[in-house]
Amino acid sequence: MTALSDADDAALTALLEGVYHRYHYDFRGYAEASLRRRIAAALGHLRCPSLDDLRARVLAEPRCFGELLRFLTVQVSDLFRDPSYYRSIRECVVPYLRTYPSLKVWVAGCATGEEAYSLAIVFAEEGLLERTLIYATDIHPESLRTAEAGVYDLDRFARFSESYRLAGGHGSLSDFYTASSSSAILDRRLKQAILFSDHSLATDVAFAEVELVSCRNVLIYFDRPLQNRALGVLRDSVRRKGFLGLGAKETLRFSSHAEAFGELVPEDRIYQRR
Amino acid sequence: MIVIGGSSGALDALAAMLPALPPDYPLPLAVVLHVPPTQPSHLVAVLGARSRLTAREPDDKEPIMPGTLYVAPPNYHLLVERGRTFALSIDPPVLFSRPAIDVLFESAADVYGPHLAGVLLSGANEDGARGLEHVRRAGGLTFVESPATAAVPVMPAAALRRIAVDHVAPAADLGRLLAQLAATPRPEDKA
Repeated sequence: MTALSDADDAALTALLEGVYHRYHYDFRGYAEASLRRRIAAALGHLRCPSLDDLRARVLAEPRCFGELLRFLTVQVSDLFRDPSYYRSIRECVVPYLRTYPSLKVWVAGCATGEEAYSLAIVFAEEGLLERTLIYATDIHPESLRTAEAGVYDLDRFARFSESYRLAGGHGSLSDFYTASSSSAILDRRLKQAILFSDHSLATDVAFAEVELVSCRNVLIYFDRPLQNRALGVLRDSVRRKGFLGLGAKETLRFSSHAEAFGELVPEDRIYQRR
Repeated sequence: MIVIGGSSGALDALAAMLPALPPDYPLPLAVVLHVPPTQPSHLVAVLGARSRLTAREPDDKEPIMPGTLYVAPPNYHLLVERGRTFALSIDPPVLFSRPAIDVLFESAADVYGPHLAGVLLSGANEDGARGLEHVRRAGGLTFVESPATAAVPVMPAAALRRIAVDHVAPAADLGRLLAQLAATPRPEDKA
């Protein structure tokens, strides 16, 4: 993979503008360093000699856009990635959540669903899942289909089980899936609590008022103005005294919304709406 | 700015190199070491104890400050953005590594160009060779731990096969070279 040169700036802008106007996917506010690596990878994969060539093809062929979209959006996460985050949700957030008769949770940027299922497992073990609706959203239709299916490679589950244990799991992760020869399918009772749908933090507004928003390792892909926009959407979606969880290296410190939240568990980036 | 990468054996190399740098070292440093993807990492504590610089894992969008040793967090790629801030990503591993040395070096070279020094230390895979080539092509200085003295020579040797580097030396000497680098700035040097 070759990095793009500075000379490609104008061509990159033209590509992102073209994509936005033709397909209504907005990558114009994405953080540049990662975006450039991903576009460079797409150029190689699609055998395009230049950004102008890529733009022409993407705008002419929706299928080619689908390929590009995969490069620009697909994230692979894990069940219980960063176990201490889920432990803190269990120990510090769940006690508050218990006091509500019904709960709504929003997993913003759910990719292929691992994080939504991880939360569902925590809620199930804490006896909250029956009264909880989890919205899990992403911009990538293929990821949403994968998430909805809830089927993952079995060889990833040794690591997942270890993370589950470190996250304070009460039983065994195998209580929540059925294994076949090479894959594992997550339980129906988890899936029934999750509603997967399309939503863009770059272009859509808040769609529900929820008690907990979990948006992890999504904001790192946005530049600062887009981060502020997205955080505004998240803020508007969290009810007063509700909770916001970010990725291990994401912070409100550099955003314009720091004032709207207090720190509940600083080391795990869990905030509470003022 | 100075970017440093290494894998097996690189912690000892850093321990030999870093004491040469004073606490008021005027350049920022960022280091990628291949570590297991588990949080929390002890690298910050270990490197902080073995150097006179302030060591920390940067947050996303954190401004890059002089005299600080930034350590890539486990399970993330560390990148440099044009506004001289850090960015992180969970994009797939590069050469089985996340963080990857190539990702840091290439993004830093894009931003700092000739005002960058890349340092590649002991290690058992070839991550970093491509990144160091990028540093060189952007006009930056390149340093490689001598394969003869490196605990594991694969990584330095891969870089030496790929490009002509400016300095090949044992780790302790690399530290002294980096200290001099800041003491005698090149014209218009704003690294």
